[in-house]
Amino acid sequence: MFGLSALFLARFQFAFTVGFHIVFPAFSIGLAAYLAVLEGLWLKTGRSAYLDLFKYWLKVFSVVFGMGVVSGLVMSYEFGTNWSAFSQKAGPILGPMLAYEVMTAFFLEAGFLGVMMFGLNRVGKGLHFAATCMVSIGTLISMSWILSSNSWMQTPRGYRIDEATGRFLPVDWWQIVFNPSFPYRIVHMGLAAFLCVAFIVAGVAGWHLLKARREGRQASEQVRLMFSMAMWMAAIVSPIQVLAGDTQGLNTLEYQPAKIAAIEGDWESESRAPELLFGIPDMKNETTHYKIAIPYMGSLILTHSLDGKVPGLKDFPKEDRAYSPLLFFSFRIMVALGMLMVLVGLWSLYLRWKGKLYDTPLLHRVALFMSPAGFLALLCGWVTTEVGRQPFTVYGLMRTADSVSPIALPSIATSMIAFIIVYFIVFMGGITILLRTFAEEPHADQHGPAEDQPQRAAGTTQVSHQPPSSPAAGAGMAE
Amino acid sequence: MTETAGFWLPVVWALLAATAIFLYVCLDGFDLGIGILFLKEKDHDHRNLMVNTVAPVWDGNETWMIFGGAALYGVFPVAYGTILPALYLPILFMLLALILRGVSFEFRFKSESPMSQFFWDTSFCGGSIVAAFMQGVILGTLVQGIKVENNVFVGSSFDWLTPFALFCGLAVVIGYALLGATWLLWRCEGELHDAMRRISFVLGGLMLATIALVSIWTPMLHTTYMQHWLDMPQFALVAPVPVAVLVLAAALFLGLRNPRSHLLPFIATLGLFFLCFSGLGINVWPYIVPPTITIWQASSPPESQTFLLVGTMFLLPLILSYTAYSYYVFRGKMSAGHHYH
Repeated sequence: MFGLSALFLARFQFAFTVGFHIVFPAFSIGLAAYLAVLEGLWLKTGRSAYLDLFKYWLKVFSVVFGMGVVSGLVMSYEFGTNWSAFSQKAGPILGPMLAYEVMTAFFLEAGFLGVMMFGLNRVGKGLHFAATCMVSIGTLISMSWILSSNSWMQTPRGYRIDEATGRFLPVDWWQIVFNPSFPYRIVHMGLAAFLCVAFIVAGVAGWHLLKARREGRQASEQVRLMFSMAMWMAAIVSPIQVLAGDTQGLNTLEYQPAKIAAIEGDWESESRAPELLFGIPDMKNETTHYKIAIPYMGSLILTHSLDGKVPGLKDFPKEDRAYSPLLFFSFRIMVALGMLMVLVGLWSLYLRWKGKLYDTPLLHRVALFMSPAGFLALLCGWVTTEVGRQPFTVYGLMRTADSVSPIALPSIATSMIAFIIVYFIVFMGGITILLRTFAEEPHADQHGPAEDQPQRAAGTTQVSHQPPSSPAAGAGMAE
Repeated sequence: MTETAGFWLPVVWALLAATAIFLYVCLDGFDLGIGILFLKEKDHDHRNLMVNTVAPVWDGNETWMIFGGAALYGVFPVAYGTILPALYLPILFMLLALILRGVSFEFRFKSESPMSQFFWDTSFCGGSIVAAFMQGVILGTLVQGIKVENNVFVGSSFDWLTPFALFCGLAVVIGYALLGATWLLWRCEGELHDAMRRISFVLGGLMLATIALVSIWTPMLHTTYMQHWLDMPQFALVAPVPVAVLVLAAALFLGLRNPRSHLLPFIATLGLFFLCFSGLGINVWPYIVPPTITIWQASSPPESQTFLLVGTMFLLPLILSYTAYSYYVFRGKMSAGHHYH
């Protein structure tokens, strides 16, 4: 049908759903940490603007987290529906890690989410802060397990292959969990999640700074505070992220040289390799057209030496090569966005030093324009690392073509259409609601989700309309 | 040593997995039931109230389903890799329905125009019904058996489209609606409470009828099941089940008739669910993919099962305790003034 194969559709469907999904966990990881910082600062300094911002972003969190839960639900079953051969073979290793993710992270997040969202007046400040921290820690634990599983598929260790069934059996869990690419990946992804949220916050603040300027007034204290916090993140975290990305590149060169060759569009292995700024890799004719190159830079970036040897795609058999034209561009878009973030961070430092951080509309406009930059870079990064693993699911050991489920093409085509329709509706609904939330300027005495804290029904002992510091509810429950 | 581990680990895991699925059915059951009851309850304030009773806990309820998927993947990968392709369409439609329903939870509170309010209310209701129905279909298809050769599904895409599986779908929709109604009866007061009490009578009667029908239908599906019921250890387990069903049914209707009884109908419904669930479990035992793959054949190696079991022993009680804490924080009757959003 239309020249599509069930394998292609299974891959496309998985890529579509996982690409949709990853946006929300990344948003949750960064936002939960931001919320914990805001509440912590509020408790420490007593400055109410922190609490206002906390309540403002809490409303966003409830939407983002819910979308993360439901799109993640799909993922935990899609390994089986689309990749049943893979999950039977790799299940003994990857399954327990996913189950640990659910037990150590998802339940922690979901369990304390209710208290975090609606409990500020019910459980007291200290306990509420603890709940916020639990949610944030949960998102980080979750990220660790899922990245460990993903890294194992990239750089498998600590396994043996059962001869009778071809299954991967665990030998050393320590080596499985802490496989060679895991430490690099987790740093890179964690920082990416923080940057995603920093640039969203900066964009929302930028919008309100511009709006206030247009209306000839000063933006609220809350807006300026969140803009300043976001710009600190851009200035400090973006350069660290560049270093983290560089070390992950070195790690990939060591363990997955074919991926590096595909990313770089290099066909011949050479020392003193140039770095291509532009080019169109051609898998069939084994060359890259329209090259714009900087001499020596390829070797310098990848090996940190001018005459370091860089791999070429021709070192690897044709059937083992990843699709270079996609990787070449996804990688470059990610790097370009990263560099832009560094520039914004440096520029904000200069303006801050000059005392003009809130009076430079161009910076605010750039921040608004760059608000999705973190997410775009994140998606490009994942495309690079996942497509770069092809044509394998478990790198070098199990091919994608041997991993797929025995599903009929019409079934998978039907579900693909249903997925696109439902995700489109959900995404549009979510974006509309988020944009509407963002359009409201954060202000003093911000209303959060728990603001109309309800009157309890007669007959129960719960207090109502107490200030958050009321000991009555919190003390009893802390026991 | 290894042989006993090889025997007992899958048994322990089968029990743990069954517990997790049962917890999911109970928790997300009343949660989905609330969505199904939107069919009957059109009043906007009432609808808000209904959703508010579960707003702080629904993410957690849904997490049990993610746990079920992940545990199956890690502990019984052969079952995971055969059941999911066999039930590809029902599972994906269930997941899509859960997505629509899940976001509607948040979106319906935040929508401003009556149009979008109507849209998200409808998708909340429709999503809940489709998800519940598909869960019943999945259950029914499993019970009637899946065609497997050499650990690979060899049936067709529509093997699940049978009268029995479709009837199971309907049964689950009715059951979840009853769970939802008795949950609301417990957690609400006034008009909504009275409405739920009335509707529970009807749903309770329907649920008992479907239980009776499924109980007669199931043994006729497959000969091994009939033998099971007559074998001695199974017979001793199964014999008290119909009696217990009658006792719980009596408790449900007495509770519904007594205006001062608020919690009893919900507890009795949970009890009925437990009986149905364990009855089905006894039927299927020891197969995880009936009628060919047993829990031992579907298992991952003992190294994987032990690795996961060690953590589960500590984590599961912890999870249960903070889940209970979260329910405790948001305990008590809800009344019209309650806004969580």
